[in-house]
Amino acid sequence: MSPPAPRRPGHEVVQGRAPRPGFVLEVDRSTPSTLFHHGEGFRLERLPVGSRIVYPSEAVPVLRHPEEAIRQALLQPVGQDPLPAQLFPGMKLTIAFDDVSLPLPKMRRPDIRQRVIEAVLDLAAEAGVDDVHLIAALALHRRMTEAELRHAVGDRVYDAFAPHGLLYNHDAEDPDNLTLVGHTELGEEVEINKRAAESDLLVYVNINLVSMDGGHKSTATGLSSYRSLRHHHNVKTMQHSRSFMDQHRSELHSSNWRMGKVLRDAGLKVFQIETTLNNDTFPKPFDFLQKREWEWSARDRMAFVAATSGLDRMSNRMKRNLFQSIEAPHDMTGVVAGEIEAVHAITTAKVFEQQLVPVSGQADVVTMGLPYISPYNVHSIMNPILVACLGLGYFFNMYRGKPLVREGGVVILSHPTPWEFHPVHHPSYIDFFEQVLADTTDPVEIEKRYEASFAEDEWYRHLYRTSYAYHGVHPFYMWYWCAHALQHVGAVIIVGGDPRAVRRLGFRPASTLPDALEMAEDTVGRDPSITHTHAPPLYMADVS
Amino acid sequence: MIADALDGKRILITGTTGFLGTALLERLLRCVPGCEVVLLVRPGRRTTAVQRVAREVLRNDAFDRLRSELGTDGYAAMTTRRVQVVGGDVGTDGLGLDDEGRATLATCDVVIHSAATVAFDSPLDSAVEVNLLGPMRVAEAIRAAGSPAHLVAVSTCYVAGNRRGRAPELPVFDQPFTPDVSWRAEVAAARRTRADIEADSRTPSRLRGFAKDARRELGAAGTPLLASKAEKLRDAWVSDQLVEAGRARSRSLGWPDAYAYTKALGERALLETRDQVPVTIVRPSIIESALSEPSPGWIRGFRMAEPVIISYAQGLLKEFPGIPEGVVDVIPVDIVVAATIDAAARRPEPDAVPEVVQVASGSANPLRYRRLVEMVQQWFSEHPLYDARGQPIVVPAWSFPGRGRVANQLERASKLIDLGEKALSALPLRGTQARWSASLEERKVDVDRAATYVELYGAYAETEASFSVDRLLQRWATLDDADRTTFCFDPKVIDWERYVTTIHLPSVVAHARVKTTPGASNRQSRSVRLRAQVLAPERHLAAFDLENTLIASNVVESYSFLATRRLDRADRARYALKTLVEAPSLLALDRRDRGDFLRSFYRRYEGAPVDQLAEDAQELFSQLILTKSFPAGFRRVREHRALGHRTVLITGALDIVVERNLAPLFDDIVCARMSRTPDGRRWSGELTDAPPTGEARAMAMADYAGREGLDLAEAVAYADSASDLPMLEAVGFPVAVNPETRLSAIARKRGWLVETWDRSPGGPRALLPIGTSTRPTSFRRDVPGGIGLTT
Repeated sequence: MSPPAPRRPGHEVVQGRAPRPGFVLEVDRSTPSTLFHHGEGFRLERLPVGSRIVYPSEAVPVLRHPEEAIRQALLQPVGQDPLPAQLFPGMKLTIAFDDVSLPLPKMRRPDIRQRVIEAVLDLAAEAGVDDVHLIAALALHRRMTEAELRHAVGDRVYDAFAPHGLLYNHDAEDPDNLTLVGHTELGEEVEINKRAAESDLLVYVNINLVSMDGGHKSTATGLSSYRSLRHHHNVKTMQHSRSFMDQHRSELHSSNWRMGKVLRDAGLKVFQIETTLNNDTFPKPFDFLQKREWEWSARDRMAFVAATSGLDRMSNRMKRNLFQSIEAPHDMTGVVAGEIEAVHAITTAKVFEQQLVPVSGQADVVTMGLPYISPYNVHSIMNPILVACLGLGYFFNMYRGKPLVREGGVVILSHPTPWEFHPVHHPSYIDFFEQVLADTTDPVEIEKRYEASFAEDEWYRHLYRTSYAYHGVHPFYMWYWCAHALQHVGAVIIVGGDPRAVRRLGFRPASTLPDALEMAEDTVGRDPSITHTHAPPLYMADVS
Repeated sequence: MIADALDGKRILITGTTGFLGTALLERLLRCVPGCEVVLLVRPGRRTTAVQRVAREVLRNDAFDRLRSELGTDGYAAMTTRRVQVVGGDVGTDGLGLDDEGRATLATCDVVIHSAATVAFDSPLDSAVEVNLLGPMRVAEAIRAAGSPAHLVAVSTCYVAGNRRGRAPELPVFDQPFTPDVSWRAEVAAARRTRADIEADSRTPSRLRGFAKDARRELGAAGTPLLASKAEKLRDAWVSDQLVEAGRARSRSLGWPDAYAYTKALGERALLETRDQVPVTIVRPSIIESALSEPSPGWIRGFRMAEPVIISYAQGLLKEFPGIPEGVVDVIPVDIVVAATIDAAARRPEPDAVPEVVQVASGSANPLRYRRLVEMVQQWFSEHPLYDARGQPIVVPAWSFPGRGRVANQLERASKLIDLGEKALSALPLRGTQARWSASLEERKVDVDRAATYVELYGAYAETEASFSVDRLLQRWATLDDADRTTFCFDPKVIDWERYVTTIHLPSVVAHARVKTTPGASNRQSRSVRLRAQVLAPERHLAAFDLENTLIASNVVESYSFLATRRLDRADRARYALKTLVEAPSLLALDRRDRGDFLRSFYRRYEGAPVDQLAEDAQELFSQLILTKSFPAGFRRVREHRALGHRTVLITGALDIVVERNLAPLFDDIVCARMSRTPDGRRWSGELTDAPPTGEARAMAMADYAGREGLDLAEAVAYADSASDLPMLEAVGFPVAVNPETRLSAIARKRGWLVETWDRSPGGPRALLPIGTSTRPTSFRRDVPGGIGLTT
């Protein structure tokens, strides 16, 4: 385990029952059916006796006085002068913050970003700073809508800045507002938002939901352009990131760290603020989703029955509206500010404290119940490409050491995988699915033959800049995110998915979990070892 | 020897573009090597007579045998040496010959007149001009040219009319039971009938009717297109009336149809006026595919029995009237050809009475109707046709009912379908549903066609006349063995079983382009082929309509969105209610005239602030246009661009709505443009130009193509409704997208590519086209100035 974060004033936590750590359960005959998330719904599955189930730890204690903790972090940063000392009248101050992809699900108001930004703005006002810009650091993600911005930064900040054009979305395709800062020693171009590059101080407000987030990646990715991003968002990098959740074995992070150094050497001053959350993911009445099945109360069971039978009667659209309205009760467990690398080391330890679960040995087959949400379908549709990315990109990579599934093993995903796309948010995904995946599913081929034509497409660029569309190249990144898994595993099976869509992804459809397990035997042989990842809440397997 | 008798002779033939004429020419060229041939051919609308002969006659597969015997070059040399073409028309006096033509005619030794309008349902006047007056005009032209030619006139056995019993080889009017009719009076009456019907078709009430029908068929397609459609309908009506007049007149005189009636009077006119011209009349019965010459089964065009047989094999003709023990008098074309050449070779003695030769099978070698039906049924049971889903079609068993019963059944079916069609066309259907409606229409066409067959050909299956062939057989008896081999015209040589099952039916099926192999429909591959044509690199322009072609939305929704975006909740509800109430009248106006609708609707923008609308239009792009877009449609636009085609959007939508938002997709956007108030800060609600609707779209496209030096024949246009017809018709490659009922039917008929594009599955669906504001209530109150839109 990592060393505990040093105690500082304002960081007292709410004391209660000590959270139980995550653990591995071996299924025996008395084990109740196991909950599988299944898009906008759930399944209860009986896993074969001898299977293992990895449970996340319970929510760790949260900060008793978050506002005070934030203020303390700003006044006593690590490796840098206190924020007030860095603020002076007439300076250019830019506050960048994480976009709508964090946290998941969106959190109840007030959002952490609002709390942090208000604190920073208070100090800036005290110091007489009047040139402040707020930028949603969304890289090639879709622009945030007014409602989403209001949710993230709060109405007070929004109304004070947005009408004057001082609160806006980063535009990675605006040649007039990007600056080429330099090149890394490997020749990677480092291009970021011009306003950020020209500021006297850039304050970056992070929500570190998983260990991938934060560090140099915040600025080098969040405020950069396609020209810069393509150096680490590619198949080669992803195949050499094992995993991209483990900074020290991640080529993705190495590249971002090289870029971070270029930015630092160019004189960009970044005041990094990183925050961590507990894994309290689901509000009532869905809180049973984060309980262990044998501890479900009579009320939990009723809630489950009511939810599933109600959901059965709803259309996909209604279910989606219901689920997307969920606001998570998760709260802040820590906040650190200051110099990027020092801050990030502390944050990562804090994330691991909540998420790391030791698991011994890999399995032939890993099963995953995929939920309704991924970073890229907030207020949107989880289309088949995002299903693949959530399972093989995110869940598969939530490991340290080695993957939960052995090389040549089978991953079984459970998700309805409908052939549905959001026409505004994911236009290039539709064409990627209809044209590219219909041709080949090999990430290397796809990158070689198709990436440029989508990335440089005028229409996608227009949609990204003026509407709410992900960048034309974004579906490619989703597919590259799967590259490590696709290289590692022998087969992918999706339970309960639209067979047409599943086959288009290059995977095999199965109607039930027993069918899928039987199909898996074709690849891994008879009586395979099976491990189920009981997420969300998210956890990270520390596989020995 | 026939060949010797015709050696060194010049033979003029009329009607070589027809079935019998082509076969005649072929046989003369092949079997009478010493003769020369002159072809009298009517020049086409854009082609000369020589070109028509080259294209429509000499390239026919009848000449394959000659071509392979002589080689391609030898064949060309031979036809150049022996075939001369003169332009002319048997439908006009003097045959429309020029001096050179008349000089050529003067040198001819034989004239074989086989030109006729053979359709049983030709309009009365054209049948009269060609069939009745044609032979007489030919004889007159021969006399006028001072030609010594012997005229062999091809007539038909059915000039005998609906009689029972023996029909001898005598001039019709020398036979008993023939009504004494003056051909001159009939000609005058027919011409008067044409004039009367033409006059009737131009009365105001009729013209209103045609205009109404045109509108029903095309919708709001714009004045020029509606006018030309109405004129076409008027023409068709006149023609129908004349067909009806011909049918009625012939029946009143005892002939089955206008064809037999005009042919009979044509014989009479010829014999009365021929003067010294030597004449022989050859009367074939129903001419069908060749027994052996030039090749077994050779046939040209889709003739009388073929459509009936194919309709039967497709299961469309469930019943066909006829007398089971009656005789179907069919005669293979090569037998008719041989008998005609034989007649040409026998120049009558001067002053001899013209002879009539009947070429028929009924009396010498009868084929009973029941036997024929059995053979056909048996054959199609063994060699079925397949339906669109690749399933074999089971042929019905005929019970030989009377003609009246079948006609009644078909009429009932037609009426029922008519009703269904009316009901469907009243509904606002699109895409797949519209296709049901179109298929219903197709079904009606099938039923109507079956009814026509029964009406037309029923009489021939019920004929109880027996055409005697004594003279034919006498002539046959005089031939030596060599002629008998080369010019066989003995009807007794036909083995009906062999002829029907191994020669005729396979040939009919091969010519009918029907599905003869099992397996899935080839419709899929057809649209794939059409799509490949549309996306070929040679195309260079693709024009798109917007509403329902690229997005499932319209100008009313755009307006509603813009008008309500800044309203508070109560006002929005009021607006929604008001729009719902107005909807029917708006729709009705739109249906009447799209241009008027747009003009009056856009007035509502009067006074709207320019800046605010520009800002809102960008939000509208995401919330309305993209949300309701057809991703496959946008993809198609981009495919065209990727191929280097120019893409143009032609829409009645407003510039503020489409221009900035869709700019990267199109090279050019033609849309409705609104002017501003003098201070430039508000919209005036008035358009600067006529909005591009109906024919204005076609004009806009033609202008654009002209400016850019592009050829519309190589252009593609995408649209969804019949009101876009002018635009679709103007280009070489029209594509109907999610067509509504009328366009669906038109696209099917014309073989256009039909695309069904849908909104992204799972995408957001708004119940009402109301702008969704994202502002919280507290903020909304702060918006100064309200919306400035009059609602």
